[in-house]
Amino acid sequence: MTALLTDRGGRGSRPRGRPELYTSYSSDIALLNTPAKRAGVLAIVAAAFALPFAVSDQVLVLLGTGLAMSVGAIGLNIVTGYAGQVSLGHAFFVGLGAYTAAVLSGDPDGRLVGFGLPMVVWLPAAGLVAGAAGLLVAPLATRLRGLYLAIVTLGLVFLGEHVFREWDSVTGGPGVGRDAVQATLFGNSLTAGGAVLSGAQKVYLFALVVLIAAAVPARNLARSGVGRAFAAVRDRDIAAEVIGVSLTKAKLLAFTISSFYAGICGALLYTITRTVEPNSFNLLLSVRFIAMVLIGGAATISGSIMGAMFVTLLPRFTQQVPRFVPFIGQGVTGGGLLTNVELEAMLYGLLIIAFLIFEPRGLFGVWLRVRNYWKGWPFSY
Amino acid sequence: MTRFGQSLIQGLGNGSIYALLALGFVIIYKSTLVISFAQPALMVAGATMVVFLTGSFGLPFFAAVPVAMLLTALLGLIVERSALRPMVGKPVFVVAIITIGVDITIRVVVNRFLGNTIRNFTSPWGLDTLRVGDVFVQQRFLAMMLTTAVVVAALFAFFKYSRTGLAMRATAFDQETALAQGISVGMVFALSWAIAGALAALAGTFVGTGGSIDQQTWIIALKALPAIIIGGLDSVGGAVIGGLVVGVIEALVGTYQPTAAPWLGNNFAVVSPYVVLLIVLLLRPYGLFGTPEVERV
Repeated sequence: MTALLTDRGGRGSRPRGRPELYTSYSSDIALLNTPAKRAGVLAIVAAAFALPFAVSDQVLVLLGTGLAMSVGAIGLNIVTGYAGQVSLGHAFFVGLGAYTAAVLSGDPDGRLVGFGLPMVVWLPAAGLVAGAAGLLVAPLATRLRGLYLAIVTLGLVFLGEHVFREWDSVTGGPGVGRDAVQATLFGNSLTAGGAVLSGAQKVYLFALVVLIAAAVPARNLARSGVGRAFAAVRDRDIAAEVIGVSLTKAKLLAFTISSFYAGICGALLYTITRTVEPNSFNLLLSVRFIAMVLIGGAATISGSIMGAMFVTLLPRFTQQVPRFVPFIGQGVTGGGLLTNVELEAMLYGLLIIAFLIFEPRGLFGVWLRVRNYWKGWPFSY
Repeated sequence: MTRFGQSLIQGLGNGSIYALLALGFVIIYKSTLVISFAQPALMVAGATMVVFLTGSFGLPFFAAVPVAMLLTALLGLIVERSALRPMVGKPVFVVAIITIGVDITIRVVVNRFLGNTIRNFTSPWGLDTLRVGDVFVQQRFLAMMLTTAVVVAALFAFFKYSRTGLAMRATAFDQETALAQGISVGMVFALSWAIAGALAALAGTFVGTGGSIDQQTWIIALKALPAIIIGGLDSVGGAVIGGLVVGVIEALVGTYQPTAAPWLGNNFAVVSPYVVLLIVLLLRPYGLFGTPEVERV
């Protein structure tokens, strides 16, 4: 028995048929701590890599956008879900990342500033610039709490929008915009169609690889000491300080990492959609990220991805609604009681309210319920 | 000097709009400890009602405004009852985010009524001016200031002298104690939302007077956020002062920045309140008149 308890908990040490018996702390907090999870994650990743060969390019672009948004949602979840600092300024950092990437990769001889650098430079740079901006803003977060912080970050979005609108030589100005990120990897374009893969397939796979590269460290962060410090700050900041968590350090770190992810998201997003328009980094984008985090599930990485996918795919479904529901019109000028565009906007609002009231854990909570039901089946608990 | 006088009057006029909105925010915050991000939606809802009441129903302006205020107060009541009452006792962030959801939802409905056109606003003042010395003062700004002064005075009297006002102050001070004294805290919550709704409708009306409203008008209401932060979230007087400060700063920057500091870009005035907000918060994290939060360990 003592041998079992002191065992460091390798994979083989678990008795057969006891999937939830952990013999060490490290095996309890392991990334894939049950065989079912291991198989499930493997299956999902395999399916995600196989998908580009099964669906049309149009859908792939949409899914790729969802993957890019997932990176941003994970970022917001780190600062809002894990560390509990409500930020309405996420759109600003996404914009910074998008413009950093667009400038570094842009045509050096073009109308606007550009350096023509390859992907290996602009992708990390986009994250770093946004992260640095986050680090600059974070001192505000260390001084302010709760809703004061939410309002300050809201101000940040407006100031950022102003800068993006006015800095013509970089952003092209409102209504015009600039060509987005030129993605090349080892001399191959990641966006133009090639002999083997179409442009959409390449972009999707690129986004998928980046998402995996972003999600795994985020999950690792969440289950490490840093993640536990974040949770302590979120749940009771004074108590956290008493037990030795440095509030300043935790908040600085949360903001910086979150902004880094936002920057990567921006760069990725505008690799997929081909132009960047300065007016797109507005409050609405921030609210969409908030919606992703809340609908997906606060303080979960898989929830962030689910939420981002859900919110990104929502327009696709609302487009189909007018065909089946008579009083919903099509397009911006369509007749009926509501148009599908309005229906979509309204659904964001209503879904945020409904999830917060009825299922605060979001889609991840729905998944937990389903899982626990089948785990105990045919008994209710 | 003329330019200064004119922009000062304009600033005080617009500032009184922000003050009305800020009052709504503060009243809701004081009683429920939630910042309502639904205020912009209530504002455009009120303004839209005035447009339709004076247009389609042919009511005179001075009858339409009170009706719109009442209807928006009712809307506030409905929002409080349906979306916020179930969340009593939940973390304030969550409730604040629910109000964002409410805001989006109401605005979709309002935008449906507004359509993609710009709705002209009929008001008794229009763009008529009054000449005081060298300064041409738009009558609407005077009307805004005067109305706001009356409304603020009435609200202060209400909080100070009426039983209901006392109940609201007691609830703001300590909800449980207020409940133990026989005050219906739920009623206070509902009333705060109703007052905030009516104030928002009045503010929306003033936004429209002399101009028009469209689907983008709601952004104006967000400028009340710098106002409440500058004044301090829980200070009713601070909200009024903060609103006026924001209005005046915006007007002065709008007048002088294009010549004095053109490198800041066009329309910098629109975002200048947010710069002030950042500076004030760095210096005084609880605003000019807010109570610092003291936590016992």
